[in-house]
Amino acid sequence: MSKLKLATVWLDGCSGCHMSFLDMDERLIELAELVDVVYSPIVDTKEFPDKVDIALVEGAVASVDDEKKIRKIRAHSKLLIAMGDCAITGNVPSMRNPMGPEAILDRAYIENASAQPQIPCVVVPKLLQVVRPIHEFVKVDVFLPGCPPSADTFHIALTALLTGAPLDIPALTRFGA
Amino acid sequence: MSDAVEVKTLVIDGRELSARRGQTILEVAQENNIYIPTLCHLEGLSDVGACRMCLVEIKGSNKLLPACLATVFESMEVSTNTERLQKHRRTILELLFAERNHICSVCVANGHCELQALGQEQGLTHVRLPYRNPELTVDASNERFTIDHSRCILCTRCVRACAEIEGVHVWDVMGRGINSIIISDLHEDWGTSSCTRCGKCVQVCPTGALFDKSKIGSDHPKYPDFLPYLNLMREAQ
Repeated sequence: MSKLKLATVWLDGCSGCHMSFLDMDERLIELAELVDVVYSPIVDTKEFPDKVDIALVEGAVASVDDEKKIRKIRAHSKLLIAMGDCAITGNVPSMRNPMGPEAILDRAYIENASAQPQIPCVVVPKLLQVVRPIHEFVKVDVFLPGCPPSADTFHIALTALLTGAPLDIPALTRFGA
Repeated sequence: MSDAVEVKTLVIDGRELSARRGQTILEVAQENNIYIPTLCHLEGLSDVGACRMCLVEIKGSNKLLPACLATVFESMEVSTNTERLQKHRRTILELLFAERNHICSVCVANGHCELQALGQEQGLTHVRLPYRNPELTVDASNERFTIDHSRCILCTRCVRACAEIEGVHVWDVMGRGINSIIISDLHEDWGTSSCTRCGKCVQVCPTGALFDKSKIGSDHPKYPDFLPYLNLMREAQ
């Protein structure tokens, strides 16, 4: 049997979900027997592949670039898993929503700048007015809440999804876990 | 009518039970170890039916009734956990999560929050409604406690604890509908209000809306169990 193609993506999050994923430690070796990691911040592929079986997405949609990415990921993935609270609720990145992106940019790049105050406008993608969870943009198949979901949660959930075993996510994790 | 306690017989989830006249469905269920989820209800306070988590189905009626307020009647048939009720409870929780800024991961009540725990218990893994992200204030003017309106679910436990138990009635609700907000006195700073700094409201608050300044991070369990005890002691006097 050929291995399933797994992708992991990092949108507007802190990378904590990826760290927790790596905290599966030696269980990653078992996992590597079932899947090939074809795209991830920890592998050197630049473009999201055409056909992915499972995509794990960390982070909220906060910029025009995030929005473009999540639509592409959805179009090329069979199973899309929202990984962690940022992807599911907006979480910490969404705390700017009541104020709006202009206020945040001003605070970071003008008010608190000690030299050459200016808001970056080239290379970096434009921020969306409101940070939103990924399911407000595309269909999400599995929601794995937690900040971050624990390594055990990842292990149990991925094993169940790969083997077709029953999966009771609320028994494993919750918002803020 | 005689002085004898009038007994009603009813059925809850297929179990034949007896109850005293005037008892609520919730009381009878709890006496018989039948679980009905609650959020604004707290033993020791009056009930207001604000959160609608305890809605139950009564045979012969299309209306769903809050178990904390609906009293028993003879031959009543109650269902507490139908698919329809589960669906409504999840939607209510989603509405609560979407209404204000409940960012569990950075909340002082993370791990000790009744809203968060109910979300998990009722199988909530995401909120289907768009988040409203309202701009809400934090009042830290009280020397001991803080109120963060982003976490408030308007259960009014604080209002009732202050009015009914402490007897001061500092807290009340201002505005209507989505604009409702908890205020101290006539919408003054908590720190300069008539608050006695007893802290009962903080202990009964189910979320991180009211918290003790001396607690750090998420190490903030609440202990509302003193209420029925306090009431019992007062009745004994």
